Amino acid sequence: MDFFWTIVAMVVLVAIAWRFLGQYMVAVYEGRVRYLGFIERPIYRLLGTGPEHEQSWKRYAGSLIAFSGVTLLIGYLIMRIQGSLPLNPQHLGAVPPALSWNTSVSFLTNTNWQNYAGETTMSYFTQMSVMMVQQFVSAAVGIAVAVALIRGFSRKGSSTIGNFWVDTVRGCLYVLFPVAFVAGIIFVSQGAVQTLGGPTHIKDVLNGVTQVIALGPVAFMETIKQLGTDGGGFCNANGAHPFENPTGLTNLLSLVLILLVPVALTYVFGTMVGSIRQGVAVLAAMTIIFGCWLTFTAYAEHQSNPAVAAAGVTHQPGGNMEGKEVRFGDTQSALYGVVSTQTSTGSVDGANDSYNAMGGFGLLTGMMLGEVSPGGVGSGLYTILLFAIIAVFVGGLMIGRTPEYLGKKIQAREVKLAGFGILVMPITVLVITGVAVSIHAGRAGPLNAGPHGFSEILYAFTSQANNNGSAFAGLSGNTAFYNVMGGVAMLFGRFVIIVPTLALAGSLAAKNLVAASAGTFRTDNTMFVGLLIGVILIVGGLTFFPAVSLGPIVEQLTHHKFFGAAFGPVLSTFTPFGHLLSGGIL
Amino acid sequence: MLDQLRRSVILAVVFIVLLGFVYGLLGTGVAQLFFRHQADGSITANGSTLIGQNWNGYSTTTILDQQWFHGRPDADNPLMANGKAGSSGSANLGPRSAVLVREAHALVVAWEKVGVHPTADLVTTSGSGLDPDISQRDALVQIPMVSRATGIAPSRLRALVVKETQGAELGFLGTSYLDVLQLNEALAKLR
Repeated sequence: MDFFWTIVAMVVLVAIAWRFLGQYMVAVYEGRVRYLGFIERPIYRLLGTGPEHEQSWKRYAGSLIAFSGVTLLIGYLIMRIQGSLPLNPQHLGAVPPALSWNTSVSFLTNTNWQNYAGETTMSYFTQMSVMMVQQFVSAAVGIAVAVALIRGFSRKGSSTIGNFWVDTVRGCLYVLFPVAFVAGIIFVSQGAVQTLGGPTHIKDVLNGVTQVIALGPVAFMETIKQLGTDGGGFCNANGAHPFENPTGLTNLLSLVLILLVPVALTYVFGTMVGSIRQGVAVLAAMTIIFGCWLTFTAYAEHQSNPAVAAAGVTHQPGGNMEGKEVRFGDTQSALYGVVSTQTSTGSVDGANDSYNAMGGFGLLTGMMLGEVSPGGVGSGLYTILLFAIIAVFVGGLMIGRTPEYLGKKIQAREVKLAGFGILVMPITVLVITGVAVSIHAGRAGPLNAGPHGFSEILYAFTSQANNNGSAFAGLSGNTAFYNVMGGVAMLFGRFVIIVPTLALAGSLAAKNLVAASAGTFRTDNTMFVGLLIGVILIVGGLTFFPAVSLGPIVEQLTHHKFFGAAFGPVLSTFTPFGHLLSGGIL
Repeated sequence: MLDQLRRSVILAVVFIVLLGFVYGLLGTGVAQLFFRHQADGSITANGSTLIGQNWNGYSTTTILDQQWFHGRPDADNPLMANGKAGSSGSANLGPRSAVLVREAHALVVAWEKVGVHPTADLVTTSGSGLDPDISQRDALVQIPMVSRATGIAPSRLRALVVKETQGAELGFLGTSYLDVLQLNEALAKLR
């Protein structure tokens, strides 16, 4: 029942945001919100640009790439020299090169994959100037691309799609900063820490134990990490850590913060293309996929953990609690996991690696659908619009008409760009996973043996190519191989999709509107929602089914088998089940 | 292109100042001004109420200290302690991990030696490795052990557990749970 009411609360809050944040964002990106003009205008003066300087798609993409390259480099440099920088009470040294590369790419691409334990690797300076800044900026860039694509649909005969610098600045100032700040205050009041003092050493009077408690500027990073669907937390345990996510209330707020912008963007889309029904149709497709995955995953996690049952605790009314926190319980943790993997967030409030086989399947396949339900800030909307173009194309083929979407003729160029954008992610994931399981450096990664080890590798590259950032964290990702290949997967998954998306925006903006006629294929009704969901499921299912079969599915089907090379004598003496498998992955 | 690079550098610096330091320091200021106790880690004389601690609980074979209620076997258990002080994280063992079977079974045996039939929470590690809480059932099953070691009647302990149980927030957010530190503080007053 608690689970039900949590979902009701979440849906109500997100629905309110859909309407009002959506309306506010339309005003922001149309330049009608000016209360921070005293900060905004000087920034434009420094940059030598402004809202009146519209850019073609090529200049928009060029600015985006240049800015990303520069921030990638700055992030890398700060990590390399953090030992000589201030705000470093633990005197942490330079971050090694391969790890700095991976981490800088990770935060640049809105992935927030973390091959390090934050509280013992990164100084406060690094956390604030690299991680936290990119959590704002990568999110603002994502929204900017989505807005540029929407302008492609809403403009006619136009050679420009907006100004990258202006869109990015506005997203940070008017949308992300205020919401994250207010939410941060609530998080602190609940117990999230926010201090620049170093770790505390305390001796507990009652039992005489000495503890070292890592502290830091956590709370405000936590809120932007969720709002920007970034997901990279201050601490290694991420949202499972009581200092990041102290209570049931902050857990709910985390979910709402994650969903706010991706959901509100469907309102922005509907409003800017002149028909709110179009936005609702896209949102409906997102919601249906989300609901199915949530039901499946929460059910799976409410089942017993087979390993714990084999150890002698067969009655597990609380579900699978290995790797979960008592204050959240099984189903609300699963809810968090689904929200985080159906967006590009990747934050966790428990160990994804310890989910039951089918729970892990739910998380993994959520990402494999391309993160469109509702997806990351910006990336969710622009990715589902790529799917929508394919759906319109398929629909057009079925009824034998030239496809149109929102009054724009969809021609060979648009279909090619959309198809390319959709296929980048699966190709990246499958090729790199194939490489990883074929060479020693890749096979050395997994902690768990058997099919679960394969899942850890597949999950890692699925997560990085989707810019998600969650992990089956048993994988030892901090090696040269995983750092470098992960960085490549993240860059592909981000920019090789963004550039064709902007090209598509440019191509659509240049077109004129064709008047709707009786024969026009409608894109705001149930039929289209069904078709869109069908396309998403078929593309995801066909590309990933073989890979998933080798991981979670085979794991689910191996009843009474447990995997692990590291058998001690203890196991063989007590085990009531004769056939324990040993041996490594594959 | 040079123009774009110049703008990129300027905007990167502006953002580091504005979104890194103004946001971060303003937030720290507000937090320290209005919520100092929480912002510094909710620390009391007996430790932080948000960070689980070791009740001199586990060795590999036996529960050593039976006079306290125990939390989950996170940093508490030499078998599963996941590394150095200050670093959080879970054990990351999968649902068909033989290692998990072995470690959980060792804990089941240890608990049964002191007359407790453990719940799943008491033999599994949490997501943070620092879980400060247990469920009401986790506390109730420990009553025979605590009662024997302290001489307090089981009925009084049961009343204590019920009294210390915190409901879910607003009645439905999260689960109901007991903070192990607060429970043991209340227990100390009974003795």
